[in-house]
Amino acid sequence: MTGRPAIFLLCGAVFGAGLALSGMTDPAKVIGFLDFFGHWDPRLTATMGGAVTVAALGQWLVRRRGRALLCADPLAAPSSRIDARLLAGSVIFGAGWGLAGLCPAPALAVSLQYPVALLFVAGFLAGLMGVARLDRGGRG
Amino acid sequence: MIVALSVADWSLALAGGALIGLAAAGLMLAFGRVAGVSGLVRDALSGRAEAVAFVLGLPLGALLVQGLTGGGSVAFASPGRLALAGLLVGIGAGLANGCTSGHSVCGIARLSPRSLAATMLFIAVGAGMVALVGVPAP
Repeated sequence: MTGRPAIFLLCGAVFGAGLALSGMTDPAKVIGFLDFFGHWDPRLTATMGGAVTVAALGQWLVRRRGRALLCADPLAAPSSRIDARLLAGSVIFGAGWGLAGLCPAPALAVSLQYPVALLFVAGFLAGLMGVARLDRGGRG
Repeated sequence: MIVALSVADWSLALAGGALIGLAAAGLMLAFGRVAGVSGLVRDALSGRAEAVAFVLGLPLGALLVQGLTGGGSVAFASPGRLALAGLLVGIGAGLANGCTSGHSVCGIARLSPRSLAATMLFIAVGAGMVALVGVPAP
């Protein structure tokens, strides 16, 4: 079982390297990608295309196999429901994304080099845990 | 107007994306785990060592690339704007149960209509926000 966190660490590092290489860790490039009505920077379409293609290959392999290589549990079937909660959350997320040009993974990835990004991370943690707390309250 | 990009710009953007996809494919192939960063952060906060390891990996990988490529300087929004943006992103990811990695990479790779809807709204509202508040001065 000690190998499991090591593989997660490796995947996190590869993910972070990809974010830095693609330019997603530079808020100006993300804002440029969202600037359809000004000077649109299309490069993140290639990033998303590359990420989705390789991730889809992994999905396809694991589905064909029926289960993961190192985990005996059956594959989870994520929800496919489109409800008001998803739409509201996506709108609020998009507003924050456009406001600073950061989303969670790039903000965490740059936080060692640019500690000012920790302000974003702190807000993110507060929002994420606030929603989780309300959910627990609602169920209890 | 569309920003003109060099072949090198496109190649880096594509190669970086492929690495992001590789990390997502790795977690999926090894453990059947969706590489959703918001979910991993939530697990990390509840003390799961593997999720903590993934979250720590993010800055380590980014730092490695910066060290190898030299990487130019990067500008961020004002402190208040950063905190507010983070709060909105956190509430949004909590409600939508996923962010750009979980929905826009892993979800779309699975052709999930839910993730496609989320991603279209992320981009549409993000673009609306950029049009509204403007691009910060360099």
